[in-house]
Amino acid sequence: MPCKVVNNSLVLEGVLDAKTVPVVMDKLGHILKQHTPTTIDMAAVTSIDSAGVAFLDELQVRLAKKGVLIFSGAIPEVQAVIDIFTTIKLPVQVPDRQMGFFEKIGDSLVMAGGNFYDALVLASDIYYWSFVGLFNRKGQRKGAFTQQGVQLGAEALPIVALLSFIIGFILSLQSAVQLRNFGANVFIADLLAVTMVREMGPIMTAIIVAGRSGSAIASEIATMQVTEEIDALKMMALTPVRYVVVPKFLAITIVMPMLVAFSILVGEIGGGLIAIGYLEVSISTFIQRSIDIITFKDLVISLGKSTVFAWTIVIIGSYFGFQVKGGAEGVGKATTSSVVISIFSVIVLDAMFSLLYL
Amino acid sequence: MSMDTKPIISVNGLIAKYGEMTILDGITVDILPGEVTVILGGSGCGKTTLLKNILRLHEPFAGSVKFWDKEVLNMEEHEFGEILKKTGMLFQNGALLNSISIYENVSIPLELHTKLPREIIDRIIRVKLHLVNLSEATYKFPSELSGGMKKRAALARAIAMDPQILFCDEPSAGLDPLTSASLDELILDLKKQLNMTIVIVTHELASIHRIADKIIFLDGGKMLFCGTLEAAKKAGIAAIDTFFKVGQF
Ligand SMILES: Nc1ncnc2c1ncn2[C@@H]1O[C@H](COP(=O)(O)OP(=O)(O)OP(=O)(O)O)[C@@H](O)[C@H]1O
Ligand SMILES: [Mg+2]
Repeated sequence: MPCKVVNNSLVLEGVLDAKTVPVVMDKLGHILKQHTPTTIDMAAVTSIDSAGVAFLDELQVRLAKKGVLIFSGAIPEVQAVIDIFTTIKLPVQVPDRQMGFFEKIGDSLVMAGGNFYDALVLASDIYYWSFVGLFNRKGQRKGAFTQQGVQLGAEALPIVALLSFIIGFILSLQSAVQLRNFGANVFIADLLAVTMVREMGPIMTAIIVAGRSGSAIASEIATMQVTEEIDALKMMALTPVRYVVVPKFLAITIVMPMLVAFSILVGEIGGGLIAIGYLEVSISTFIQRSIDIITFKDLVISLGKSTVFAWTIVIIGSYFGFQVKGGAEGVGKATTSSVVISIFSVIVLDAMFSLLYL
Repeated sequence: MSMDTKPIISVNGLIAKYGEMTILDGITVDILPGEVTVILGGSGCGKTTLLKNILRLHEPFAGSVKFWDKEVLNMEEHEFGEILKKTGMLFQNGALLNSISIYENVSIPLELHTKLPREIIDRIIRVKLHLVNLSEATYKFPSELSGGMKKRAALARAIAMDPQILFCDEPSAGLDPLTSASLDELILDLKKQLNMTIVIVTHELASIHRIADKIIFLDGGKMLFCGTLEAAKKAGIAAIDTFFKVGQF
């Protein structure tokens, strides 16, 4: 695809398509430094595609700034293609203005405020309909509550057991060496019981439930939203919150403290293995000391905060599910945000609860 | 069309199965360059399956598919890639990438397969979106478009590279008659000015009358008919006659 300047006229020859345009543009860069052609001779161009036409348009716009420019002599076949693909007369569409750095920060703060408000509204909806749901099962599917109880609770047992066991085991193992140095072997029971009951049990369980069930809730509701199932529910005069969220909310309220109690128990067993096997504490001493150190207040706060965690997870999961925008890709985003935000909230809430122990 | 025109695609004894179920049972057909070939047949008869098997998106059970006289079914991946660059496909459900804007959807093949500079690519994208009458939606995301708009955006992406062969799976389903007619105009333009070879699945009788050089009628896994529209109407095949009669009003 040669191009040259003859008598103030830029002569293009041969095929002008996506392959040759980059080459021509390269050459032209050099040529235009020395010459300023006033016309472009197209007669020798044998074929052209949309890339070639775009190139001509670009050339015309650039050279027009330097002076008059006339295209001449394109053969009819080429001219027809130019007529289809020319962009000269197209109105320019402007993309939405990109926001600056501070604007973005400000915007996301305002958004976060809005989100928080919306989430509170949703939360109050959920509390209201759950309370109503305690007395009146209309507007909920039969068996939904039991099914959710099994899904959110029973099916989480193996993973909760496994992780709690490992956590208890590691906690004891790490402390064992230190305690042994001071000959304080029996204190392993106190240490383990306090850590498991006050912190590890509730927080580990909450994180597992957030990852397992929070994400499931978010993606289920988000999918329903994207596929217009939520709209379909509304058209059947059902309240989506009541139909979809309330059974989960009630189920998790009951199931979560049980999971936490179970997690504490299994953690104690994991830690107990080290206490008994490695630190040579007797079984009866271990059990006795563990029970003695835990107060009634500890248990109440532990199970109480796990309920709060559970509610937080369901509310955040359904919030992100309901506010999903866009198509299928929105579902993934909603799920991710729900897990991240609920784990974050659980940890912040936990920090607040720990003030209660002071 | 003279006898010595070489087919651009030739399909021979193609058998396609999903699991045990045979969908296409020995399809033999030639697609000639510069022609618009329309594939007809009832819903679920295997039109989409035929396109997907020709393009190796679904591996045929048996038979041969040739592009430019070269067997493609056991061709190396990169060699077939070269053929795919000269081929565009409009999927039945659009198949736009949901996480990026319409503009970026159209720009993908141009950016990844050509060395064209940004400003040229920008012009190509704008004119392609203009041709499918979608300029206003340039910077929107697929989820913000209606069903028919998604179809048109997908068509813009399919023709982004000025392919030599264009496959369209029901381009005008869900479009109003006016938009549908303007797409037909575009298809005729592409055929006439760029000498594009086009294979279209469509049920729109009006559209078939406007654009078809040749029709292929599928039924029960077999090809009942292949030839011009006039010949199809005169062929006296019951299934085809019903198809055209029911569509009329
Ligand atoms: N992925 C798949 N797995 C199993 N069977 C399939 C699959 N895709 C299609 N089929 C079956 O193959 C047959 C042909 O499907 P195909 O999508 O080719 O139909 P079509 O002619 O394009 O129909 P329509 O006009 O409705 O788009 C149908 O009976 C369908 O059930
Ligand atoms: Mg189909």
